Amino acid sequence: MNEINDDRFREMFRRAMAPMADTELKHDLWPRMLRRLDERPARVPWLDLALLALLAIWCAIFPGVIPALLYNL
Amino acid sequence: MELLEQFRRGGLEAFETLFRQHQGEVYGWIVRMVRNPALAEDLTIETFWRIYRAHARFDPERSFGAWARRIATNVAIDHLKSARHEVELPANVRAPAQADPGVHAETQAAIALAFRSLPAKLQAAATLALVEERPQEEIGEALGISASAVKSRIFRATRLLRKKLKRMGFEP
Repeated sequence: MNEINDDRFREMFRRAMAPMADTELKHDLWPRMLRRLDERPARVPWLDLALLALLAIWCAIFPGVIPALLYNL
Repeated sequence: MELLEQFRRGGLEAFETLFRQHQGEVYGWIVRMVRNPALAEDLTIETFWRIYRAHARFDPERSFGAWARRIATNVAIDHLKSARHEVELPANVRAPAQADPGVHAETQAAIALAFRSLPAKLQAAATLALVEERPQEEIGEALGISASAVKSRIFRATRLLRKKLKRMGFEP
């Protein structure tokens, strides 16, 4: 896997994926935005809070896992 | 400047003006990353929702567009992270509709599948740089990293993609 092969592979990748042809927004999103602003903010479920607390405790006990955790975030 | 200051104070009218000015740009950036127009609209709304909630943290001395693009990038990456767990099996993957007919359909499907299974941050950098051919400085600004870090992510994405394809039986 040298640099030349990487360049060739990137070219093949570019041809296979193709850029987005149309990136124009077709209509105004403000009415949807207004509806979203009118919604009440979602409450964080208690289970999520419990998992977050467990994660914090786990990181405190095993600080060595923090870099691996950050990498996967 | 006054508009940005009004927005920072939480003015809804200022937010509406900024929304109308920047919605197209934000949508265009997101659709390049997620490659799905309907989803990009949803994520544009999510981006502006986060922008609105963070109004007090905005610095009116800085560019609103660059700030919005940074938040849009985070929103798109969050989506790519969740979508990564829903990657389909090779037999169910269709080749990209607009792809080059010179590339074999099976290879296109394999590349698309392997690509969607890349870590979200690598996927975002590779899409913007290799597919959309955006400048590395622009990508770096949106991702909050340097241009050399962008280059490193593209390199890692390419290597990982090749490894994945090799495991799937393709020898690129």
